[in-house]
Amino acid sequence: MSEMTEPINDFEPRITAFVCNWCTYTGADMAGTSRMHMASNVRIIRLPCTGRIDALFIIKAFERGADGVIVSGCHPADCHYTAGNYHARRRFIVFRELLGFMGVDLGRVTFSWVSAGEGAKWRDVVNETVERIRELGPFDAYHDLALRQAAGAASGTSLDVPDVVAPVVAEAGDAS
Amino acid sequence: MSELQDLARKLLEEGTVQVVIGWEAGRRGLRPVTITDPSDVEKLVFDTRSVHNLATYLDPRRTQVRKLGKPAIVVKGCDTKAVAALLREAQIERDEVVLIGVRCGGVVKDPAGDATLTLETVAPRCAGCDVREPHLADFIIGEEQPEPPQVTSIDERVAELDAMTPDERFEFWASQMEKCVRCYACRQACPLCVCDQCVADKTVPQWIERSPHARGNLSWHMTRALHLAGRCVGCGECERACPVGIPITLINRKLQQIVAESFDFEVSDDPATASPIGTFRDDDREDFIL
Repeated sequence: MSEMTEPINDFEPRITAFVCNWCTYTGADMAGTSRMHMASNVRIIRLPCTGRIDALFIIKAFERGADGVIVSGCHPADCHYTAGNYHARRRFIVFRELLGFMGVDLGRVTFSWVSAGEGAKWRDVVNETVERIRELGPFDAYHDLALRQAAGAASGTSLDVPDVVAPVVAEAGDAS
Repeated sequence: MSELQDLARKLLEEGTVQVVIGWEAGRRGLRPVTITDPSDVEKLVFDTRSVHNLATYLDPRRTQVRKLGKPAIVVKGCDTKAVAALLREAQIERDEVVLIGVRCGGVVKDPAGDATLTLETVAPRCAGCDVREPHLADFIIGEEQPEPPQVTSIDERVAELDAMTPDERFEFWASQMEKCVRCYACRQACPLCVCDQCVADKTVPQWIERSPHARGNLSWHMTRALHLAGRCVGCGECERACPVGIPITLINRKLQQIVAESFDFEVSDDPATASPIGTFRDDDREDFIL
Protein backbone atom coordinates (compact mmCIF):
# COMPACT_ATOMS: atom_id res chain seq x y z
CA MET A 1 0.00 0.00 0.00
CA SER A 2 2.86 2.37 0.77
CA GLU A 3 3.53 3.32 -2.87
CA MET A 4 -0.16 4.20 -3.20
CA THR A 5 -0.13 6.53 -0.20
CA GLU A 6 -0.79 10.09 -1.31
CA PRO A 7 1.68 12.82 -0.38
CA ILE A 8 0.43 14.78 2.62
CA ASN A 9 -0.21 17.98 0.64
CA ASP A 10 -2.62 16.07 -1.58
CA PHE A 11 -4.73 15.24 1.39
CA GLU A 12 -8.29 16.38 0.80
CA PRO A 13 -10.09 16.87 4.13
CA ARG A 14 -13.55 15.48 4.57
CA ILE A 15 -15.67 17.92 6.52
CA THR A 16 -19.23 17.52 7.72
CA ALA A 17 -21.27 20.67 8.27
CA PHE A 18 -24.40 20.65 10.42
CA VAL A 19 -26.37 23.76 9.55
CA CYS A 20 -29.77 25.17 10.35
CA ASN A 21 -32.36 25.37 7.65
CA TRP A 22 -33.29 29.00 8.14
CA CYS A 23 -30.01 30.91 8.22
CA THR A 24 -26.83 29.07 7.34
CA TYR A 25 -28.35 26.73 4.77
CA THR A 26 -29.86 29.69 2.99
CA GLY A 27 -26.57 31.55 3.36
CA ALA A 28 -24.71 28.59 1.84
CA ASP A 29 -27.26 28.54 -0.96
CA MET A 30 -26.57 32.21 -1.54
CA ALA A 31 -22.84 31.54 -1.72
CA GLY A 32 -23.57 28.93 -4.38
CA THR A 33 -25.97 30.97 -6.50
CA SER A 34 -23.57 33.91 -6.31
CA ARG A 35 -20.90 31.63 -7.86
CA MET A 36 -18.50 32.25 -4.98
CA HIS A 37 -15.31 30.22 -5.07
CA MET A 38 -14.95 27.84 -2.20
CA ALA A 39 -13.53 24.48 -1.31
CA SER A 40 -15.70 21.49 -2.16
CA ASN A 41 -14.67 19.44 0.87
CA VAL A 42 -17.75 20.19 2.92
CA ARG A 43 -20.78 17.91 3.05
CA ILE A 44 -23.77 19.81 4.38
CA ILE A 45 -26.41 18.22 6.58
CA ARG A 46 -29.46 20.42 6.89
CA LEU A 47 -31.35 20.45 10.16
CA PRO A 48 -34.30 22.53 11.33
CA CYS A 49 -32.26 24.35 13.96
CA THR A 50 -28.87 24.28 15.71
CA GLY A 51 -30.90 23.32 18.77
CA ARG A 52 -31.52 20.00 16.99
CA ILE A 53 -27.81 19.19 16.82
CA ASP A 54 -26.92 16.56 19.39
CA ALA A 55 -23.30 16.13 20.37
CA LEU A 56 -23.64 12.57 19.09
CA PHE A 57 -24.01 13.94 15.54
CA ILE A 58 -20.52 15.36 15.78
CA ILE A 59 -19.12 12.23 17.42
CA LYS A 60 -20.73 10.11 14.69
CA ALA A 61 -19.25 12.31 11.97
CA PHE A 62 -15.75 11.71 13.35
CA GLU A 63 -16.47 8.00 13.70
CA ARG A 64 -17.57 7.75 10.08
CA GLY A 65 -14.51 9.39 8.63
CA ALA A 66 -14.83 13.16 8.97
CA ASP A 67 -11.58 15.02 9.54
CA GLY A 68 -13.40 18.13 10.73
CA VAL A 69 -16.87 19.38 11.60
CA ILE A 70 -18.62 22.71 11.13
CA VAL A 71 -21.71 23.67 13.12
CA SER A 72 -23.49 26.79 12.01
CA GLY A 73 -26.83 28.48 12.50
CA CYS A 74 -28.67 31.72 13.09
CA HIS A 75 -27.11 34.63 14.94
CA PRO A 76 -28.35 35.20 18.51
CA ALA A 77 -31.82 36.79 18.51
CA ASP A 78 -32.42 35.52 14.95
CA CYS A 79 -33.56 31.97 15.70
CA HIS A 80 -36.63 30.91 13.75
CA TYR A 81 -37.76 29.11 16.89
CA THR A 82 -36.82 32.02 19.19
CA ALA A 83 -34.28 30.26 21.42
CA GLY A 84 -32.91 27.13 19.71
CA ASN A 85 -29.52 28.69 19.03
CA TYR A 86 -29.19 29.88 22.63
CA HIS A 87 -29.70 26.33 23.89
CA ALA A 88 -27.24 25.09 21.26
CA ARG A 89 -24.66 27.67 22.27
CA ARG A 90 -24.79 26.57 25.89
CA ARG A 91 -24.51 22.93 24.90
CA PHE A 92 -21.57 23.56 22.58
CA ILE A 93 -19.71 25.51 25.25
CA VAL A 94 -19.69 22.31 27.28
CA PHE A 95 -19.22 19.85 24.43
CA ARG A 96 -16.38 21.75 22.80
CA GLU A 97 -14.39 21.81 26.03
CA LEU A 98 -15.12 18.13 26.60
CA LEU A 99 -13.78 17.30 23.13
CA GLY A 100 -10.67 19.29 23.95
CA PHE A 101 -10.24 17.47 27.24
CA MET A 102 -10.50 14.12 25.48
CA GLY A 103 -7.67 15.22 23.19
CA VAL A 104 -9.48 16.28 20.03
CA ASP A 105 -7.67 19.26 18.51
CA LEU A 106 -10.22 22.06 18.69
CA GLY A 107 -9.11 23.22 15.26
CA ARG A 108 -11.19 20.33 13.97
CA VAL A 109 -14.50 21.80 15.12
CA THR A 110 -15.75 25.14 13.86
CA PHE A 111 -18.78 26.92 15.24
CA SER A 112 -20.20 29.92 13.44
CA TRP A 113 -23.25 32.11 13.07
CA VAL A 114 -24.04 32.64 9.38
CA SER A 115 -27.25 34.42 8.42
CA ALA A 116 -29.22 33.97 5.21
CA GLY A 117 -27.54 37.03 3.75
CA GLU A 118 -23.97 36.13 4.67
CA GLY A 119 -22.97 34.03 1.68
CA ALA A 120 -19.51 35.57 1.75
CA LYS A 121 -19.06 34.74 5.42
CA TRP A 122 -20.00 31.11 4.74
CA ARG A 123 -17.42 30.98 1.97
CA ASP A 124 -14.77 32.26 4.39
CA VAL A 125 -15.80 29.85 7.16
CA VAL A 126 -15.57 26.93 4.73
CA ASN A 127 -12.28 27.95 3.16
CA GLU A 128 -10.61 28.71 6.49
CA THR A 129 -11.81 25.46 8.02
CA VAL A 130 -10.64 23.40 5.04
CA GLU A 131 -7.19 24.99 5.15
CA ARG A 132 -6.89 24.47 8.89
CA ILE A 133 -7.88 20.80 8.62
CA ARG A 134 -5.53 20.34 5.69
CA GLU A 135 -2.70 21.41 7.98
CA LEU A 136 -3.89 19.21 10.84
CA GLY A 137 -4.04 16.22 8.49
CA PRO A 138 -6.40 13.26 8.43
CA PHE A 139 -8.06 12.38 11.73
CA ASP A 140 -6.99 8.74 11.51
CA ALA A 141 -6.28 8.66 15.23
CA TYR A 142 -10.03 8.84 15.80
CA HIS A 143 -11.13 6.70 12.87
CA ASP A 144 -8.71 3.93 13.86
CA LEU A 145 -9.88 3.83 17.46
CA ALA A 146 -12.13 0.98 16.34
CA LEU A 147 -9.03 -1.18 15.94
CA ARG A 148 -8.03 -0.65 19.54
CA GLN A 149 -9.49 -3.07 21.99
CA ALA A 150 -8.25 -4.57 25.21
CA ALA A 151 -7.07 -8.16 24.89
CA GLY A 152 -9.30 -8.90 27.84
CA ALA A 153 -12.38 -7.53 26.14
CA ALA A 154 -11.97 -10.10 23.39
CA SER A 155 -10.87 -13.12 25.40
CA GLY A 156 -12.41 -12.31 28.75
CA THR A 157 -9.30 -13.46 30.56
CA SER A 158 -6.88 -10.65 31.27
CA LEU A 159 -9.12 -8.26 33.20
CA ASP A 160 -7.77 -7.06 36.47
CA VAL A 161 -10.68 -8.27 38.57
CA PRO A 162 -9.94 -9.31 42.14
CA ASP A 163 -10.45 -13.01 42.56
CA VAL A 164 -12.29 -12.88 45.86
CA VAL A 165 -15.96 -13.45 45.25
CA ALA A 166 -16.75 -17.12 45.08
CA PRO A 167 -19.23 -17.93 42.32
CA VAL A 168 -22.76 -18.62 43.56
CA VAL A 169 -23.80 -22.03 42.36
CA ALA A 170 -27.51 -22.76 42.25
CA GLU A 171 -28.35 -25.86 44.19
CA ALA A 172 -30.06 -28.80 42.57
CA GLY A 173 -33.82 -28.34 42.58
CA ASP A 174 -33.55 -24.56 42.89
CA ALA A 175 -36.41 -23.37 40.74
CA SER A 176 -34.71 -20.07 39.94
CA MET B 1 -24.35 2.99 65.98
CA SER B 2 -27.36 2.40 68.15
CA GLU B 3 -28.74 5.89 67.54
CA LEU B 4 -29.22 4.93 63.90
CA GLN B 5 -30.72 1.54 64.80
CA ASP B 6 -33.13 3.10 67.34
CA LEU B 7 -34.32 5.67 64.81
CA ALA B 8 -34.77 3.03 62.11
CA ARG B 9 -36.74 0.81 64.49
CA LYS B 10 -38.97 3.72 65.50
CA LEU B 11 -39.66 4.74 61.89
CA LEU B 12 -40.51 1.16 60.90
CA GLU B 13 -42.64 0.41 63.98
CA GLU B 14 -44.60 3.66 63.69
CA GLY B 15 -45.19 2.91 60.02
CA THR B 16 -43.65 6.22 58.91
CA VAL B 17 -41.69 4.20 56.37
CA GLN B 18 -41.82 0.60 55.15
CA VAL B 19 -38.14 0.21 54.39
CA VAL B 20 -34.88 1.64 55.67
CA ILE B 21 -31.99 1.71 53.21
CA GLY B 22 -28.59 1.72 54.88
CA TRP B 23 -25.42 -0.35 55.20
CA GLU B 24 -24.72 -3.73 56.76
CA ALA B 25 -21.61 -5.81 57.29
CA GLY B 26 -21.25 -8.34 54.48
CA ARG B 27 -18.68 -10.86 53.35
CA ARG B 28 -16.51 -8.13 51.95
CA GLY B 29 -16.83 -5.09 54.18
CA LEU B 30 -19.93 -2.97 54.15
CA ARG B 31 -22.67 -3.22 51.58
CA PRO B 32 -26.08 -1.64 51.03
CA VAL B 33 -29.05 -3.27 52.75
CA THR B 34 -32.81 -2.81 52.81
CA ILE B 35 -34.45 -3.35 56.19
CA THR B 36 -38.18 -3.95 56.24
CA ASP B 37 -38.54 -5.83 59.55
CA PRO B 38 -37.95 -3.78 62.75
CA SER B 39 -36.24 -6.80 64.31
CA ASP B 40 -33.51 -6.57 61.64
CA VAL B 41 -32.34 -3.06 62.50
CA GLU B 42 -29.33 -4.44 64.42
CA LYS B 43 -27.82 -5.10 61.00
CA LEU B 44 -27.55 -1.37 60.30
CA VAL B 45 -24.01 0.00 60.43
CA PHE B 46 -22.46 3.32 59.65
CA ASP B 47 -18.70 3.82 59.63
CA THR B 48 -15.91 5.00 57.36
CA ARG B 49 -16.65 2.14 54.99
CA SER B 50 -20.15 3.46 54.24
CA VAL B 51 -18.94 4.55 50.83
CA HIS B 52 -21.92 3.80 48.60
CA ASN B 53 -24.15 6.64 47.53
CA LEU B 54 -27.50 5.12 48.48
CA ALA B 55 -29.41 7.91 46.72
CA THR B 56 -29.13 5.73 43.64
CA TYR B 57 -31.86 3.51 45.14
CA LEU B 58 -34.30 6.45 45.06
CA ASP B 59 -34.55 6.32 41.27
CA PRO B 60 -38.28 5.62 40.75
CA ARG B 61 -37.36 3.20 37.94
CA ARG B 62 -35.79 0.86 40.46
CA THR B 63 -39.01 -1.04 40.88
CA GLN B 64 -37.49 -3.70 43.13
CA VAL B 65 -36.78 -1.06 45.74
CA ARG B 66 -39.90 0.97 45.12
CA LYS B 67 -42.25 -1.93 45.69
CA LEU B 68 -40.90 -2.29 49.24
CA GLY B 69 -42.81 0.89 50.12
CA LYS B 70 -41.89 4.34 51.33
CA PRO B 71 -38.16 4.45 52.10
CA ALA B 72 -36.04 6.06 54.74
CA ILE B 73 -32.50 6.38 53.48
CA VAL B 74 -29.28 6.97 55.35
CA VAL B 75 -27.36 9.79 53.69
CA LYS B 76 -23.99 11.41 54.16
CA GLY B 77 -23.68 15.08 53.33
CA CYS B 78 -22.32 14.34 49.86
CA ASP B 79 -25.17 11.93 49.19
CA THR B 80 -27.71 14.69 49.91
CA LYS B 81 -26.41 16.51 46.84
CA ALA B 82 -27.62 13.60 44.72
CA VAL B 83 -30.96 13.63 46.54
CA ALA B 84 -31.17 17.39 45.88
CA ALA B 85 -30.51 16.75 42.18
CA LEU B 86 -33.30 14.15 42.04
CA LEU B 87 -35.65 16.64 43.72
CA ARG B 88 -34.49 19.45 41.39
CA GLU B 89 -35.35 17.31 38.39
CA ALA B 90 -38.69 16.19 39.86
CA GLN B 91 -37.67 12.51 39.89
CA ILE B 92 -38.88 12.22 43.48
CA GLU B 93 -41.06 14.29 45.80
CA ARG B 94 -39.67 15.47 49.11
CA ASP B 95 -42.45 13.79 51.11
CA GLU B 96 -41.87 10.44 49.38
CA VAL B 97 -38.67 9.83 51.30
CA VAL B 98 -37.37 10.21 54.85
CA LEU B 99 -33.75 11.33 54.94
CA ILE B 100 -31.62 10.16 57.86
CA GLY B 101 -28.56 12.39 57.69
CA VAL B 102 -25.36 11.20 59.33
CA ARG B 103 -22.48 13.44 60.32
CA CYS B 104 -19.50 12.16 58.38
CA GLY B 105 -15.78 12.71 58.75
CA GLY B 106 -14.85 11.03 55.50
CA VAL B 107 -15.08 7.56 54.02
CA VAL B 108 -12.51 5.18 52.60
CA LYS B 109 -12.14 4.32 48.93
CA ASP B 110 -12.90 0.67 49.33
CA PRO B 111 -15.80 -0.57 51.49
CA ALA B 112 -14.08 -3.96 51.67
CA GLY B 113 -10.75 -2.56 52.81
CA ASP B 114 -9.20 -1.01 55.88
CA ALA B 115 -11.60 1.23 57.80
CA THR B 116 -8.87 3.56 59.06
CA LEU B 117 -8.89 6.95 57.38
CA THR B 118 -5.45 7.88 56.14
CA LEU B 119 -4.14 9.82 53.17
CA GLU B 120 -3.84 6.49 51.34
CA THR B 121 -7.31 5.16 52.08
CA VAL B 122 -9.57 8.23 52.04
CA ALA B 123 -11.98 8.49 49.11
CA PRO B 124 -11.07 11.20 46.58
CA ARG B 125 -14.50 12.79 46.86
CA CYS B 126 -13.80 13.70 50.50
CA ALA B 127 -11.25 16.31 49.41
CA GLY B 128 -12.73 19.73 50.11
CA CYS B 129 -15.91 18.31 51.67
CA ASP B 130 -18.30 21.13 52.56
CA VAL B 131 -21.19 19.08 53.96
CA ARG B 132 -19.82 17.05 56.87
CA GLU B 133 -23.21 17.73 58.46
CA PRO B 134 -26.13 17.30 56.04
CA HIS B 135 -28.56 20.19 55.69
CA LEU B 136 -31.11 18.39 53.55
CA ALA B 137 -32.35 15.81 56.07
CA ASP B 138 -35.27 14.99 58.34
CA PHE B 139 -33.01 13.67 61.11
CA ILE B 140 -29.37 14.28 61.80
CA ILE B 141 -27.49 11.75 63.89
CA GLY B 142 -23.97 10.99 65.04
CA GLU B 143 -21.24 12.97 66.69
CA GLU B 144 -19.66 16.05 65.22
CA GLN B 145 -16.87 14.84 62.90
CA PRO B 146 -13.39 16.16 62.15
CA GLU B 147 -12.28 17.14 58.69
CA PRO B 148 -11.20 14.14 56.57
CA PRO B 149 -7.52 13.78 55.58
CA GLN B 150 -6.87 16.09 52.63
CA VAL B 151 -5.70 14.12 49.64
CA THR B 152 -4.44 15.49 46.35
CA SER B 153 -7.55 17.02 44.98
CA ILE B 154 -8.93 15.72 41.73
CA ASP B 155 -8.48 19.22 40.32
CA GLU B 156 -4.73 18.70 40.29
CA ARG B 157 -5.09 15.53 38.27
CA VAL B 158 -7.37 17.34 35.84
CA ALA B 159 -4.79 20.14 35.58
CA GLU B 160 -2.09 17.58 34.72
CA LEU B 161 -4.18 16.42 31.78
CA ASP B 162 -4.95 20.00 30.76
CA ALA B 163 -1.23 20.69 30.60
CA MET B 164 -0.67 17.94 28.02
CA THR B 165 -0.80 18.52 24.26
CA PRO B 166 -4.04 17.41 22.55
CA ASP B 167 -2.25 14.43 21.01
CA GLU B 168 -0.94 13.31 24.39
CA ARG B 169 -4.39 13.65 25.93
CA PHE B 170 -5.95 11.76 23.04
CA GLU B 171 -3.47 8.94 23.52
CA PHE B 172 -4.10 8.92 27.27
CA TRP B 173 -7.86 8.61 26.82
CA ALA B 174 -7.59 6.17 23.92
CA SER B 175 -5.55 3.81 26.11
CA GLN B 176 -8.12 4.21 28.89
CA MET B 177 -11.02 3.60 26.49
CA GLU B 178 -9.32 0.44 25.24
CA LYS B 179 -9.92 -1.10 28.65
CA CYS B 180 -13.66 -0.52 28.77
CA VAL B 181 -15.77 -3.67 28.42
CA ARG B 182 -19.08 -1.77 28.30
CA CYS B 183 -20.55 -3.40 31.37
CA TYR B 184 -22.31 -0.08 32.08
CA ALA B 185 -21.57 -0.41 35.79
CA CYS B 186 -20.79 3.34 35.75
CA ARG B 187 -24.32 4.00 34.57
CA GLN B 188 -25.96 1.60 36.99
CA ALA B 189 -24.10 2.98 40.00
CA CYS B 190 -24.87 6.59 39.13
CA PRO B 191 -27.67 8.12 41.20
CA LEU B 192 -28.51 10.50 38.35
CA CYS B 193 -28.51 8.16 35.33
CA VAL B 194 -32.28 7.89 35.43
CA CYS B 195 -33.46 7.63 31.79
CA ASP B 196 -36.23 5.16 31.00
CA GLN B 197 -34.18 3.98 28.08
CA CYS B 198 -30.51 4.76 27.76
CA VAL B 199 -29.33 5.97 24.36
CA ALA B 200 -26.54 3.39 24.61
CA ASP B 201 -29.14 0.60 24.61
CA LYS B 202 -30.93 1.81 21.50
CA THR B 203 -30.10 -0.10 18.35
CA VAL B 204 -32.48 1.55 15.85
CA PRO B 205 -30.92 3.98 15.19
CA GLN B 206 -27.70 2.96 16.84
CA TRP B 207 -25.94 6.15 17.86
CA ILE B 208 -23.38 4.55 20.13
CA GLU B 209 -21.47 1.61 18.72
CA ARG B 210 -22.01 -1.34 21.01
CA SER B 211 -18.83 -3.28 20.45
CA PRO B 212 -16.27 -2.63 23.16
CA HIS B 213 -13.56 -1.06 21.04
CA ALA B 214 -12.02 2.29 21.89
CA ARG B 215 -14.09 4.23 19.34
CA GLY B 216 -17.49 3.11 20.60
CA ASN B 217 -16.24 3.36 24.16
CA LEU B 218 -15.13 6.96 23.68
CA SER B 219 -18.53 7.77 22.25
CA TRP B 220 -20.19 6.16 25.25
CA HIS B 221 -18.04 7.90 27.84
CA MET B 222 -18.38 11.33 26.23
CA THR B 223 -22.13 10.92 25.97
CA ARG B 224 -22.45 9.69 29.54
CA ALA B 225 -20.42 12.65 30.78
CA LEU B 226 -22.38 15.15 28.70
CA HIS B 227 -25.67 13.84 29.99
CA LEU B 228 -24.36 14.54 33.48
CA ALA B 229 -23.02 18.00 32.71
CA GLY B 230 -24.33 20.36 35.34
CA ARG B 231 -25.92 17.39 37.14
CA CYS B 232 -23.06 15.24 38.36
CA VAL B 233 -22.56 15.63 42.10
CA GLY B 234 -19.07 14.14 42.08
CA CYS B 235 -19.77 11.15 44.31
CA GLY B 236 -17.38 9.04 42.24
CA GLU B 237 -19.53 5.92 42.35
CA CYS B 238 -19.06 5.43 38.59
CA GLU B 239 -15.31 5.17 38.96
CA ARG B 240 -15.56 2.96 42.05
CA ALA B 241 -17.90 0.60 40.19
CA CYS B 242 -15.64 0.43 37.13
CA PRO B 243 -14.08 -3.05 36.94
CA VAL B 244 -11.18 -1.92 34.74
CA GLY B 245 -10.24 1.30 36.53
CA ILE B 246 -11.06 4.02 34.00
CA PRO B 247 -10.64 7.43 35.72
CA ILE B 248 -14.20 8.50 34.95
CA THR B 249 -14.29 11.12 37.69
CA LEU B 250 -11.65 13.14 35.84
CA ILE B 251 -14.11 13.67 32.98
CA ASN B 252 -16.94 14.45 35.39
CA ARG B 253 -14.79 16.90 37.31
CA LYS B 254 -13.68 18.62 34.12
CA LEU B 255 -17.32 19.13 33.16
CA GLN B 256 -18.07 20.49 36.63
CA GLN B 257 -15.27 23.01 36.14
CA ILE B 258 -16.56 24.03 32.71
CA VAL B 259 -20.08 24.47 34.01
CA ALA B 260 -18.86 26.43 37.03
CA GLU B 261 -16.69 28.75 34.94
CA SER B 262 -19.13 29.25 32.08
CA PHE B 263 -22.48 29.34 33.85
CA ASP B 264 -21.55 30.24 37.41
CA PHE B 265 -23.10 27.02 38.72
CA GLU B 266 -21.80 25.03 41.65
CA VAL B 267 -23.15 21.65 42.71
CA SER B 268 -25.08 22.12 45.93
CA ASP B 269 -27.46 20.35 48.26
CA ASP B 270 -30.13 22.97 47.64
CA PRO B 271 -32.89 21.52 45.44
CA ALA B 272 -34.20 25.02 44.65
CA THR B 273 -31.28 26.00 42.42
CA ALA B 274 -31.83 25.70 38.67
CA SER B 275 -29.93 23.21 36.56
CA PRO B 276 -27.60 25.02 34.11
CA ILE B 277 -28.23 22.84 31.07
CA GLY B 278 -31.73 23.25 29.69
CA THR B 279 -31.67 26.97 30.30
CA PHE B 280 -29.56 29.82 28.87
CA ARG B 281 -28.60 33.43 29.22
CA ASP B 282 -28.55 35.98 26.41
CA ASP B 283 -24.97 36.83 27.27
CA ASP B 284 -23.55 33.30 27.40
CA ARG B 285 -19.98 33.38 26.17
CA GLU B 286 -19.44 32.82 22.46
CA ASP B 287 -15.77 33.66 22.11
CA PHE B 288 -15.33 30.37 20.21
CA ILE B 289 -18.07 31.07 17.66
CA LEU B 290 -17.07 32.73 14.38
